Amino acid sequence: MEKRQETIKNLKKLGSKVVGEIDKGENPSLDVPIRTLSNVKYDTTRRMIMMGTGVAKRYFFNVGHVRKFVQTIEAAALAKELNEMGKHLSLREAFYRMKRTLPDSNINLVDEQGESNEAIEDLELITDASRELLHINANKLGSVAGKVVIQDKGDVIDWSKLGSGGWSIPSNVEDIIFKKVDAKFIVYLEKAAEWERLHEDRVWDKLNCIVISSQGQATRGIRRLLQRLSIEYKLPVYILTDFDAYGWYIYSVIKYGSISLAHISGKLAIPNARFLGLTADDIIKYDLKKHLIKFEEVDLKRLEQVKNYDWFKNNKEWQRQINMMKNEIKGKAELAALTSHGISFISDVYIPEKIKRNVWLD
Amino acid sequence: MADRIVTAEELAQQLRAVSVAEFFEKNRHLLGYENPTKALITIVKEFVDNALDACEEARILPDVKVLVKEISPDRFRVRTEDNGPGIVEEKLALAFGKLLYGSKFHRLKMSRGTQGLGASGSVLYSQLTTGKPVRLVSSTGKDIHEIEVTIDVNKNEPRIVSHKQERNPNKWHGLKIEVETEGRYIEGRQSVLEYLRQTAMCNPYAKIVFEGPNGRVEFERAVKELPPLPKEIKPHPYGVEIGLLRRMLSTTSSKNLLGFLTSEFSRVGRGTALQICKLAKLEPNKKPYDVSHEETERLHKSMQMVKLIGPPTDCLSPLGEKLLEEGLRKETRAEFVVAVTRPPSVYRGNPFQIECALAFGGELTAEGSAQLFRFANKMPLLYHTSDCVTTESVVETDWRRYAFSQSSGQLPQGQLAILIHFASVWVPYTSEGKQAIANYPEIMKEMKLALQEAGRQLAIYVRQKHKMHERQLRKELFEKYIPELAESLEKLTDDKKEKLIAELEKIVKKSGVKSEEDGKTTGNDKESEKTGK
Repeated sequence: MEKRQETIKNLKKLGSKVVGEIDKGENPSLDVPIRTLSNVKYDTTRRMIMMGTGVAKRYFFNVGHVRKFVQTIEAAALAKELNEMGKHLSLREAFYRMKRTLPDSNINLVDEQGESNEAIEDLELITDASRELLHINANKLGSVAGKVVIQDKGDVIDWSKLGSGGWSIPSNVEDIIFKKVDAKFIVYLEKAAEWERLHEDRVWDKLNCIVISSQGQATRGIRRLLQRLSIEYKLPVYILTDFDAYGWYIYSVIKYGSISLAHISGKLAIPNARFLGLTADDIIKYDLKKHLIKFEEVDLKRLEQVKNYDWFKNNKEWQRQINMMKNEIKGKAELAALTSHGISFISDVYIPEKIKRNVWLD
Repeated sequence: MADRIVTAEELAQQLRAVSVAEFFEKNRHLLGYENPTKALITIVKEFVDNALDACEEARILPDVKVLVKEISPDRFRVRTEDNGPGIVEEKLALAFGKLLYGSKFHRLKMSRGTQGLGASGSVLYSQLTTGKPVRLVSSTGKDIHEIEVTIDVNKNEPRIVSHKQERNPNKWHGLKIEVETEGRYIEGRQSVLEYLRQTAMCNPYAKIVFEGPNGRVEFERAVKELPPLPKEIKPHPYGVEIGLLRRMLSTTSSKNLLGFLTSEFSRVGRGTALQICKLAKLEPNKKPYDVSHEETERLHKSMQMVKLIGPPTDCLSPLGEKLLEEGLRKETRAEFVVAVTRPPSVYRGNPFQIECALAFGGELTAEGSAQLFRFANKMPLLYHTSDCVTTESVVETDWRRYAFSQSSGQLPQGQLAILIHFASVWVPYTSEGKQAIANYPEIMKEMKLALQEAGRQLAIYVRQKHKMHERQLRKELFEKYIPELAESLEKLTDDKKEKLIAELEKIVKKSGVKSEEDGKTTGNDKESEKTGK
């Protein structure tokens, strides 16, 4: 309750500042911290991406700003309403809640969810209140299974007794209480299909671990859950992704934080996360060259960007991996390709062997 | 069959003077009759040009009627009628029944026609294609004469077929010409209608009524004053070709070289004439017809060497900025028109003057290239656009400096019409067809200067308009978002929506634009944030 009052106060303050400027006949403005590569810095001691001090002024009376300005204020009004009612909306619902047509025109205040998402992210930065505090949730994506018992909204849930589906990770994991954690490490997978493989093989039982997956880029809920488990229970986190620039960037986001959410890296990044695979060495060692997928132009472009990020630039091992992918292997590969060595090769051989022999990248 | 040897005597028998009419018959393409469409335009053009010249010289505001009536798809009756001074009876048949008979060839004066070939050429063409005589009705205010004339092609002489004389109680004066000719009627960029439209544009003091196969079109008079009458001048020594000099020497009535030089040329006084003679090593009192071939060359050379002031330029009759503006505005219905008349200048001893006008917006089309209207001595030029110095000068002008887009080597783009008028005692056409002006550096330079000056004036207007338009759009945009912002703020702070709307609208009215510019300097107009993953 206290948190909600605090958020409401914050949002009202923002509104009052704008009203004050209007009352004085000034051009109302918002200070929006800049969320681009140019305004993030890699903090070498904390080993995570931190937000810079760059701030952009957003004006109402500016042709290029007016739309975003109103979107941001509307997002604030919505967040205040949600906090007052004690309800939550998904990003998708928030989009529909904000969407309306301007009178006498064919202009919508928001046309696609990307716009409302951005307005909400900007609002987080302006008010210093996370999306969770604003009562807006991301879609649930991702499952977890393992030897853990938790309590969520009064319900006690055992992650090892949830059938074939596992527990689906909510977008807000802040209030989850860990009752019992027997696992010794965490295995994170980029693909839900691979999670199902490991779950069916009961890897979490055999290896005494937690198996988590997302579908593509890890959501904030998953990242926060991983971070809490890794900090609160000192569990190593092993990351498995496809062999391409996008997969490797998923690892980068989990470990160092993302550019657009650099302001909350402290609550999301896991600097000790370990990259288990697929590495360029794996492609050679496990003879996956025959399963390579051709590069497209975007793959090489993305790879070049990843290569030049501050947090990869001085990492010799990663530079070697990237160069090998680019110059030697010249293609990408999926985790699923490991199936060519046997249905449960990934569960029975690949993961246990690599962890046992400590073959991972930092 | 073996080749037969032709003797010189036999060849000599074949040698005989070629009549101009016969020459014309074989070289009709030189004079604008190469196809039926162009022939019809040329006939209308020759008659209308003559009508306008006659009216102007008589200081009468021209009323010209043109009728083109289809008899069969490839045969037309063309009739023009003017309110000019008319032609006296004795000369009527000669003026239209004898080629190279005219009043304008031997003089240096700005006028439309020059060679006495135009109208009679049209008569000849229609006679050749239909066999019908030309019907002429004329009066100088006394009796009305109606004659029918054919041209004797071999003798280049008129033959009067019929002659009627009538009383003229209303004191009508003017000239009607009617011919029947082969031709083809179209409408479009190169057509009788377009020719008349452009003529109306450059002669806004004329009223032109056209009755064509597709109906009647009237081009109203936009101004009621005639431009000043051009004066006749003598040739300037710098502009005289050696051939002309030789002809002048043989036909002059002057007794000696000194007299010849001072009386037959402009800007040559006694001192200059003596200097020329000295340079050419010729006696000043030598008889002109005694000057030999070689001496003529020396004389010609000396004439180019002496220092002379330019020829007088009061022989020119530009339209003037006001008439040009009116003319172009009337025919384009543009919202803004600016005209520039340059001071007279000289190319090769011939005085000339450039005028241009630019029309912008209004009913001009926004798609594609600017329209270009080219005129020489108030006559539209419809053909050979790309060979003409007018086109080259437009293309070489950098229109991007005047708020128009333009690819290199092309006409500018946008809602723009460009009119260029070249006025001179002698128009340097690239060919006999009189459709393109030759590129002399002096002409090119003057045209570009005129276009630049007009362009600068137009740009001020265009930029102002762009700015106003932008401002309006901006205002409309803000006005759309104001209620939205007020509504969101009401939810957020409980301030009353209506109060906020009123305050925001006040800001828009007062300083919305200024605040906008503030915004530009402190923040980046296009925010650089983009969606992160």
